[in-house]
Amino acid sequence: MRFQQIDQFAAELKADTRAAVYDGSKKGHEKRTKLLFDEFPDANRLRHIAGEVKQHVVENLDTYLPQVEAKLKANGVIVHWAATAEAANQAVLGIMRARGATKMVKAKTMVSEETELAHFLEKHGMEALETDLGEFIVQIDGDHPSHIVKPIIHKNRREIATSFEKNGLGAYNDDPQTITRRARNFLRHKYLEADVGLTGANFVSAESGRLVLVTNEGNSRFCLAATKCHIAMVGIEKIVPRDYDLALFLNLLARSGTAQEVTVYTEFISGPKSPAQPDGPEEMHVIFVDNGRTEVLASDCRDILRCIRCGACLNVCPVYRQASGHAYRSVYPGPVGAVLSPLLMKEKFPQKADLPKASTLCGACQEVCPVNIPIPDLLLRLRNRAKEENVPSPGTPPMGAWALLASQPTAWKASLFGGKIINYLPTKLLPIPALRAWEAKRSLPEWRGGEFRKWLKTRKSRVD
Amino acid sequence: MLNTERKPITGKRVQLMATCLCDAFYDDVAVATVQVLEHLGVEVVFPDGQTCCGQPAFNGGDWAASRKVVRHTVKTFAGDEPVVVPSGSCAAMMFHGTVLEFEKEPDLGEVEALGRRTWELGDFIVNGLGVKTWPGRFAATVAFHRSCHSRGTGSSAAAATLLGSVAGLKIVEFGEGEQCCGFGGTFSVAFPNISASMGALKLDHLRAVKPDVLVSGDMSCMMHLGGLAKEEGKPIKTMHLAQVLRDALKNVGQL
Repeated sequence: MRFQQIDQFAAELKADTRAAVYDGSKKGHEKRTKLLFDEFPDANRLRHIAGEVKQHVVENLDTYLPQVEAKLKANGVIVHWAATAEAANQAVLGIMRARGATKMVKAKTMVSEETELAHFLEKHGMEALETDLGEFIVQIDGDHPSHIVKPIIHKNRREIATSFEKNGLGAYNDDPQTITRRARNFLRHKYLEADVGLTGANFVSAESGRLVLVTNEGNSRFCLAATKCHIAMVGIEKIVPRDYDLALFLNLLARSGTAQEVTVYTEFISGPKSPAQPDGPEEMHVIFVDNGRTEVLASDCRDILRCIRCGACLNVCPVYRQASGHAYRSVYPGPVGAVLSPLLMKEKFPQKADLPKASTLCGACQEVCPVNIPIPDLLLRLRNRAKEENVPSPGTPPMGAWALLASQPTAWKASLFGGKIINYLPTKLLPIPALRAWEAKRSLPEWRGGEFRKWLKTRKSRVD
Repeated sequence: MLNTERKPITGKRVQLMATCLCDAFYDDVAVATVQVLEHLGVEVVFPDGQTCCGQPAFNGGDWAASRKVVRHTVKTFAGDEPVVVPSGSCAAMMFHGTVLEFEKEPDLGEVEALGRRTWELGDFIVNGLGVKTWPGRFAATVAFHRSCHSRGTGSSAAAATLLGSVAGLKIVEFGEGEQCCGFGGTFSVAFPNISASMGALKLDHLRAVKPDVLVSGDMSCMMHLGGLAKEEGKPIKTMHLAQVLRDALKNVGQL
């Protein structure tokens, strides 16, 4: 391969898809910026505070996790610990089997994408239906989400109408309201048939053991209202110290993710239904999922565990906008994904070691991050790790000869003068990959190596 | 974190870090930098052994190779005068990138010390020397490209302050000004398709406001955007901040 995989993917991307991704992410970014900075005079200060709180949690998980477990148990929740994706899926399957359940309705949760829960359950004879509209469309299409909060940012309504028709959800109609109504009619019955509702959690308070869910479609409420058993799958990094901290995080998450002051629904769940409550799940499980996070915690990239999955870094990223989420071959795309996805591969890191290269290191991601993750620094660390592990990097010029030259002034100066030869050569034909890659798209300026040094000398003699 | 805390300026002597791009392609930018600094009464010393800031290998992931070059640079720029560099990108390498790649190295302290006295040119003039207006005249409509490595530093605001004060010069804003030009060092050759698409987008935004000249504080952005435009057969005029400031002086006979 001549160039990087993500670059190839971008070059072959359908114009429709690119336009959908570009427009969707650009609009998301612009709305976010306006809302955040119009309302908060010092939004950047808030990002820094939130970052410090989450970093504190990440560095003290050994204290917070037992604390949160005790609170949850006291609230009547059954707590499970899953070291791997497989263990997390098995835990869900075990709970369903113990109840004799066969049908689950699912709200959107990224960690269940990570563990490929829906596929796993289907393989074991269970029905696991996505109820978030975007995730539902992805599921009936056999597709994958391409954005953390907007899973179908890569699709337009014509594609969705076609897939609805194919899946027996009515004759072709690409009116968004009709599409939504049809999905709703289909899903309403499914909630009533299901025994188990699965959600994630955006935050878990260590102080109270409260789970917090933010959604816009109300599907997670239906998942909880209609089923007898609630399972929440939660990454171990989702903890905030106190209920009070939620004020900061909810304000930042809604604004950063979807440019809303507050999401349509914010649910605080403290346990299974109490005797005084007329309905709701009688049984509640929380499965804390590690799946590589402990390794991330032990690495010099642990700051990435602050992430609250808002997707702002995807929206602002010029590379994501050109390449789309699927280019990253991972559940987590964009800048955050370029850090997190290779790390979550653990010993298979080399398979995704190209992701951190897909960035100009422009820094826009850190500038919008609600928890101020130094994403460019982490990308750089992972690039260095890839080099140290000798992972091949197509298109990246080798640096050894350059470093030798650049640490020996005499050789450096000689090459400045010698370089002039490129002004007389057909550079487009030279067998130097980096030069050809440059010249395929851009002209090279005239080589004027050493001219400045010459000017300095002649000038000095004139002055003296 | 950007390590942007600076030693205060004492004396009127600086070391010039001319950058490898000036050494190879943009000699006039380095000349202009010297002339601009001398106009301000600053004595400019050019350490002859200088090569490159080490950024290509740092960004490419080869930190061992980069550290070798940085160690050479630290040796070359010995002393305690401010180091001035006509590039936001090389400046950021000196006060941020190097700190990252030397985190576990015994000579981190020396590297940090060089970072604390390194200044991007515009930042040095405005925030170092306290010069807020520029004399002379430069009659042109200018689009100023804020280069990415100046994020979080005083450089872009400093350049805008200086350019905005030049008689005859009009700054025009353009769409998505905060977006990267697509260069990204080794990214430009390892991801040529995405890199060029990003540049094309920037050129569309620029051409829409019809500037006479595109000005930047970084040669790499000029090289990428200028090279793309030329290859498209629709060249644009690019100038470095130092060249505009120098020409403004020349135009009124102050140089």
